[in-house]
Amino acid sequence: MAITAADQITMYRNMVLVRRFEEGVAEAYADGFIGGFTHLYIGQEAVATGSITALNHDDYAIGTYRVHAHALVRGSSARSLMAELYGRSTGVCKGKGGSMHFFDAQRYFLGGYGIVGGNLPIGVGVALSMQMQNRDAVVMNFFGDGASNQGVFHEALNMAKLWNLPVIFVCENNFYGIGTDVRTSSAFNEIHKKAQGYGIPGHVVNGMDVLAVREMCEELVRYARQGGGPVLLEARCYRYQGHSMTDAGKYRSVAEAELWRKRDPIPRLAKSMLEAGIVDAARLEAIQTEANEIVTDAMQFAEASPRPAPEALYEDLYVEDARA
Amino acid sequence: MPEIRYYEAVQQALAEEMARDPRVFVLGEDVGLVGGTFRATEGLMAEFGARRVRDTPIAEAGIIGVSMGAAMTGLRPVAELMTLNFGIVAMDQIINHVSKARYMFGGQVNLPMVIRAAAGGGTQKGAQHSHSIESWFVNAPGIRVVLPSTPYDLKGLLKTAIRSEDPVLFIEHEMLYNMKGEVPDEEYLLPFGVADIKRRGRDVTIVAWSRMVHEALRAAEQLSAEGIEAEIVDPRTLDPLDIDTILRSVMRTRRAVVVEEGWRNVGVGAELSSRIHEALFYELEAPVQRVAAADVPTPYASNLEKLALPDAQRIVDAVLKITL
Repeated sequence: MAITAADQITMYRNMVLVRRFEEGVAEAYADGFIGGFTHLYIGQEAVATGSITALNHDDYAIGTYRVHAHALVRGSSARSLMAELYGRSTGVCKGKGGSMHFFDAQRYFLGGYGIVGGNLPIGVGVALSMQMQNRDAVVMNFFGDGASNQGVFHEALNMAKLWNLPVIFVCENNFYGIGTDVRTSSAFNEIHKKAQGYGIPGHVVNGMDVLAVREMCEELVRYARQGGGPVLLEARCYRYQGHSMTDAGKYRSVAEAELWRKRDPIPRLAKSMLEAGIVDAARLEAIQTEANEIVTDAMQFAEASPRPAPEALYEDLYVEDARA
Repeated sequence: MPEIRYYEAVQQALAEEMARDPRVFVLGEDVGLVGGTFRATEGLMAEFGARRVRDTPIAEAGIIGVSMGAAMTGLRPVAELMTLNFGIVAMDQIINHVSKARYMFGGQVNLPMVIRAAAGGGTQKGAQHSHSIESWFVNAPGIRVVLPSTPYDLKGLLKTAIRSEDPVLFIEHEMLYNMKGEVPDEEYLLPFGVADIKRRGRDVTIVAWSRMVHEALRAAEQLSAEGIEAEIVDPRTLDPLDIDTILRSVMRTRRAVVVEEGWRNVGVGAELSSRIHEALFYELEAPVQRVAAADVPTPYASNLEKLALPDAQRIVDAVLKITL
């Protein structure tokens, strides 16, 4: 099924926004506005964009510690996300979560989690909840190649299939768990085939091609929504930066990085839209300008926002106040 | 008042809450067809069906993660871990995920979920099946910790736990499941954070919970024969903790012994002793005493196990040390 021109433009805007947002994050991190761990998504934009835009507004997405893109594509404002990174009270989690723990209930984005694989059973529980409440929402459950070696990955796949739950497991295979090559860490590194052990259909897609990801995800979402049960998609992609802001990524060769940069998803979509006559160069330029403005505004907003009040320290722990 | 057993109190609380609220469901290993290793979920599957009384794989981390996902999106799961020993497999989900979510996501999500688990030693189950590790969970903010000592307390507290908007770890004692106690026919709930004085006395305060309440009561009978009247305070919930009732009692008796079945080293007793000393140092006639398990893995041999775990005689000795 062809992806409409409007959808292609939306995806392009999303990818450009994510790229520019992450560049802004890197600048702000270098300038000392952002602390802790920050994991950039540059290079992988096609995966979050092509997959999440295939969801309905009331489907759920849940992810890892590399989730800036997922929240942005889900519709969280750049302001609320940047303010979260700056540790401000206007942040999407009031400054209490940080880079790894974006969460936006209004946009059915159920969080970023900092423990590899930790979100996988939680996403399965969300799908169980949909099934038990007879809601037709599906869950997109993101993880990396490294998580496929964790115990809970296998527990999550098993339970999802056992109960025939509407989960789309999306593996963002960028080939490295921090600095360890997937071939060093995984006995069997065709991750989509790991699904077969649980009777779950596994698919693989070029994660540098947003149209391919989108097309595949529309099919998988339809399958899961119609009661087909869980599916697993392995999207092969590449992060241009290190694992986090403190990782120079020296374990990868220059040649390898260069090869992947030639597959960059943003110029790829630009080229195909230009060739199809969907956009002209001026329109692409305007999209880039718009992204620049959104991110600049978000950074100004974040910097001008107040830090959480000291009283916030003890807020949000429990719903029900106790005596002690 | 009719007398029922401790495990029947679990059954009644679960059945009543499931009948009252269709969002409540039970999941865990052997909870359905078998009715629970300790008979605590017997009859529920027949009454509520396999959808709401769900047998799961032996995958503790998965069970907790699934429960969390369900609790985030409109259901009220009651997960049974069979025993808390197996809960150690799920520590990542409990501590990194369940107890953190509300706070780190800035209060955007509630987790109305209960984790039930049997704990404790005393019946020669060996080192890996005899844990009393409530201190681990009390140490972590974000999850309530409940340890009922009687069928009456169990039923009232479990119903409160199921209606709570916050996650609750509900620790039942394996040796108490067959204990009988009076439980009224009419509905009642017991609040969290309210200690119960299990015996009145003027000479010494004994703080004890779960099975140790019964050892303390036996100790109090012996002490009474020697003219020493012990007051026994059962906090019932360690988070939230009713420190006021404990301090009020110690204000009167000016002597305190804290009893726990778990290890002494950095146990709950250490915390309570410290809290009493901080508040009442100049009121105390003697230093607060701790009675706890020997700091060794629980041995199998019955004579060694008896030496390892605290009992009435050990409590008597501790009281005599500060009252003679």
